[in-house]
Amino acid sequence: MKKKKFSLKDLTDTNLLLTITIVVFFLMYIGAILFQGGGFTKPQTFFNILNANAALIILSCGLSLVMITGGIDISVGGVTALISMCCAVYLDFHGGNVSTSLLMALGIGLAFGIFQGFLVAYLDIQPFIITLAGMFFARGLTTIVNTKPFNVANEAFTKLKLTRVIVPGMGAPNRRGVYVDAYVELGVVVAILVVIVMFCFLRWTKLGRSFYAVGGNHQSALMLGINVKRTRFISHVLCGLLAGIGGFVYFLHVGSGSAAHATGAEMDAIASSIIGGTMLTGGVGNIVGTFFGVLSLGTIQNIVSSAGLDEAWWSGITRAVMLCLFLVIQSVVMARKKKA
Amino acid sequence: MKRYSGIFVVVLLACAAGGWMFFGCVPDEKAPSQDTMQDEEDYIVIGLSQIGSESDWRNANTGSFRSEFTAENGYYLLFEDAQQKQENQLKAVRDLILQEVDYIILDPIVETGWDTVLMEAKDAGIPVILVDRQIVVEDEDLYTCWVGSDFREEGRRAGQWLADYLESQGRREEQIRIVTLQGTLDSSAQIGRTMGFQDVLSAHGNWEMLERRSGEFTQAKGQEVMRDLLQSHKEIDVLISENDNMTFGAIEAIESAGRTCGPDGDIIVISFDAVRTAIQFMQEGKINADFECNPLLGPKVSKIIEELEAGERVEKIQYIEEQYFDTSMDLEKILEERTY
Repeated sequence: MKKKKFSLKDLTDTNLLLTITIVVFFLMYIGAILFQGGGFTKPQTFFNILNANAALIILSCGLSLVMITGGIDISVGGVTALISMCCAVYLDFHGGNVSTSLLMALGIGLAFGIFQGFLVAYLDIQPFIITLAGMFFARGLTTIVNTKPFNVANEAFTKLKLTRVIVPGMGAPNRRGVYVDAYVELGVVVAILVVIVMFCFLRWTKLGRSFYAVGGNHQSALMLGINVKRTRFISHVLCGLLAGIGGFVYFLHVGSGSAAHATGAEMDAIASSIIGGTMLTGGVGNIVGTFFGVLSLGTIQNIVSSAGLDEAWWSGITRAVMLCLFLVIQSVVMARKKKA
Repeated sequence: MKRYSGIFVVVLLACAAGGWMFFGCVPDEKAPSQDTMQDEEDYIVIGLSQIGSESDWRNANTGSFRSEFTAENGYYLLFEDAQQKQENQLKAVRDLILQEVDYIILDPIVETGWDTVLMEAKDAGIPVILVDRQIVVEDEDLYTCWVGSDFREEGRRAGQWLADYLESQGRREEQIRIVTLQGTLDSSAQIGRTMGFQDVLSAHGNWEMLERRSGEFTQAKGQEVMRDLLQSHKEIDVLISENDNMTFGAIEAIESAGRTCGPDGDIIVISFDAVRTAIQFMQEGKINADFECNPLLGPKVSKIIEELEAGERVEKIQYIEEQYFDTSMDLEKILEERTY
């Protein structure tokens, strides 16, 4: 009888999908260490995946929020590009300082979130259409701000960009045998903070719980006395704010402005959320899963390139296969629910 | 029991996902494993960070490295496709350092922003060989050498070829009116080719440069600019076009204006790059001479690596040998040997 208590049946959908995601990620990573060795045995490889994907983690958190309420936001990539370009132009051509550029990034993100959220929640327009328009708008605006890509030379900014947070005890000797400390960039710290805050928000606050209620079944949510419109509005505002933070973290990572920045980032964010167990239909999802979803995608890329499957499209294919797999898993989970 | 079948399928799929990810990605038995520590004595491990696969030139360039650094030649090549993004290249180089490759070949997408990562490579004792494009760093010792095309020499040779050709035609003393279709302004190919031709131009008093305009290296723009040039200048004897794509456009413009070009026509056409299609145009008698921009850098880089392995010092800047083609040659045979 005791065994039955541990059976997967007792897990909620959210937790079951989360468990699958985490298990798959660890299997994959341990597999990479065992079968590929090389760089994977060094913790810095993992931290490099984190460094490269810190912004994506933040963007994906935002996406998970709107997806849990049953919406979608495909403007985040465009907003990220716009933020990088605006901050880059501001810092280099107008002699701006870093903290103002951060405020500017948050402002741009929030503005997109509020505007799109208003249209989606109160005027009841399809979120896909609104945010698609938002994406085109942001991308277009980026090229208007400046067409040429360039690296930011602002001293205070480059200093911040090169700031490294040493992870104690995780270093490894390099090819010459000199011990090199493991490090993460500042963006990773921000990303992890965002994951923790958003996780707590969704789990323990009344507003966070109402996200699930609205996404699960918004009629019932309405009957429960939840302000559905306001909840959806807030989800978009939060997503916009996170796009602002993510955009700045992205900018901090690449240190340049370009209209081609973060191309397809919104799709990566959606894919990460789905792999992390968030359902496109809404009502199911977990920020921790999203975090592992991003890491899984990043790890696939590393495995593919270090396995000698050297063409870029290989990582695209493996990602697509993984995404399909998780969609299948999700529908199986849903079928299980109906049977029960 | 039926209730559990769903769960069983989920677990199975998860295992399949994990399993497929690493079993599927392990290179086949014949290829050396990624563990460079084990194979260090047998193979020289090369990490190549390529810009992307945006043009035939780039693909021929990648193909050249791939056919040179094979297991038969004692190499193992790790290829990283940056898909046109510097941040991907930075991460690729860091991953290659962690994998403890013996050499890194870097085709830098932009000129700036390489100092930190090259310092990391230097600290790890990994020589970095730059190919194709050049970089701006504070300390030139951060990279071992650069291999690529001498664009100025290409331009100079084009001018020299024109002088010889005119002489053979008995037009040495004649007034020669020249127009130039320039590449994207400020690109190294444009600057080099324009300056190189200028060197020869200024030595010939009877040559007159009517106009230089940018066709941005594209066929459409080349056609448009050539049409304008034909309208504003009644007499044009020579067209210098700084790449083949613009030449193709210009030929269309010349023909639709009712003019002729090539050895039997009234406009002498000199082009750069010498891709296959251009040689075919030459066969049809529409291009007089074409100066190669050689993408086959593999053999040269492999020679440099042999020298470095032998402990020799290498030249900091190394130009690749480049040839030219004109209608006096056996174009049939050239086409057969041409790989790009």
